Amino acid sequence: MLAKRIIPCLDIKDGRTVKGVNFENIKDAGDPVELAVFYSQQGADELVFLDITATNENRKTLTELVLRVAKNINIPFTVGGGIRSIEDVSVLLNSGADKISLNTSAFKNPQLIADLSGRFGSQCIVLAIDTKFENEEWYVYLNGGKVKTETRAIDWVKQAVELGAGEILLTSMNHDGTKSGFANTITKLVSENTSVPVIASGGAGNMEHFRDAFVYGKADAALAASVFHFKEIEIPALKKYLREQKIEIRI
Amino acid sequence: MQLPNILIIDYNLGNIFSVQNACKYNGTNTIVSNDKKDIESADAIILPGVGAFGDAMANMRKLDLIEPIKDFIHSKKPFMGVCLGMQLLFTESEEFGNHKGLDIIKGQIKKFPTSGSSNNKIKVPQVGWNKLINDKNTQWMNSPLSSINNDSFMYFVHSYFACPEDESVVLSKTVYEDISYCSSVLKENIFATQFHPEKSAETGLNIYANWLNNIHKK
Repeated sequence: MLAKRIIPCLDIKDGRTVKGVNFENIKDAGDPVELAVFYSQQGADELVFLDITATNENRKTLTELVLRVAKNINIPFTVGGGIRSIEDVSVLLNSGADKISLNTSAFKNPQLIADLSGRFGSQCIVLAIDTKFENEEWYVYLNGGKVKTETRAIDWVKQAVELGAGEILLTSMNHDGTKSGFANTITKLVSENTSVPVIASGGAGNMEHFRDAFVYGKADAALAASVFHFKEIEIPALKKYLREQKIEIRI
Repeated sequence: MQLPNILIIDYNLGNIFSVQNACKYNGTNTIVSNDKKDIESADAIILPGVGAFGDAMANMRKLDLIEPIKDFIHSKKPFMGVCLGMQLLFTESEEFGNHKGLDIIKGQIKKFPTSGSSNNKIKVPQVGWNKLINDKNTQWMNSPLSSINNDSFMYFVHSYFACPEDESVVLSKTVYEDISYCSSVLKENIFATQFHPEKSAETGLNIYANWLNNIHKK
């Protein structure tokens, strides 16, 4: 049986990890490569790197980082942030990234999803969606949650999957940073209405939250950042707990 | 002693970087090429691949690689296929219409159905870690999986799976939803995996180590 995946997420700025990390056994907490190696050894199933600056000047730094990550870990990883063209993707995949994630650029130009999946295959195109629950609906937000759209998340998911998105990374802005659990309602809705895997993101605070994302949210994977960075949850303990909860997990 | 000449075929559709990296990790330098002369002179070949079956065959045809690859495999030198590189060895694929493959292993490449026998929805592609099951294949212990435990997790990303006509080439099986399918094959000098050993942490690297060690011994 396919295992549920645990995915630490690293926010990158100018080639360094931001949002702080709190590890004793890591010499340089800001070095994404060192952190990536650590998580990989801890049993992370996959990693996501999000370039939060994502300016053109930083693309070279990001590419160099991807090369270093690929040389040092051998689990799959996704790179996102500011990807707008076939060339952007080609450079990242050739540097060793397994998947790339699109967000605002795909919403503004949905054809990009079709072009990229046609060229590189759906399996490496992750669509990231930031969504917020307002007036009884889940809406898509752009530009890192700064710009609201009138599009419902579920409608955008359906369109994007038809165009060739191979995976959905769904972040609930209502839950992100609250440590009160994942947004299981929208995650379940998306998961049950799409043919591709769904990664739940935003709200992880304890181990039960991960179980709930899989059991109630029907998520295929769960992503978190700070609970891992600050060692509030350690991956080996989390995986042991989930396995005890009868969830298929790779240990 | 001269080091064996290990070639990774680059036909513009591959996770070349990770495959090369996995070999390097095991102390083996590889050549990456799409020149048929390099294929002829290679001691062992790895055919990687991520993407569409039809595009892969078209690229190989354009680069004039099909006959050299077939000749190489018939020479009985070690050959390893990964993911699409395994599927290409089969007779044909139903991926976006029908496409002929290299036809070295008889059988078809089929798409995962989007619903299972009990009408449950199946997500396609399968993305993630799934188990290798030793399908009573007596060759397991003589294969690059020899040091790999039954039920070990490997990383998979695929929408299509191989159905060999001759069951005896099936080295391992994997179960996705309620479908049990062939996840690796062993046929004489051919070893091929549907999963990505180069992305499957330490266990996956051990598979490369085993395959490479066997070549170094020769």
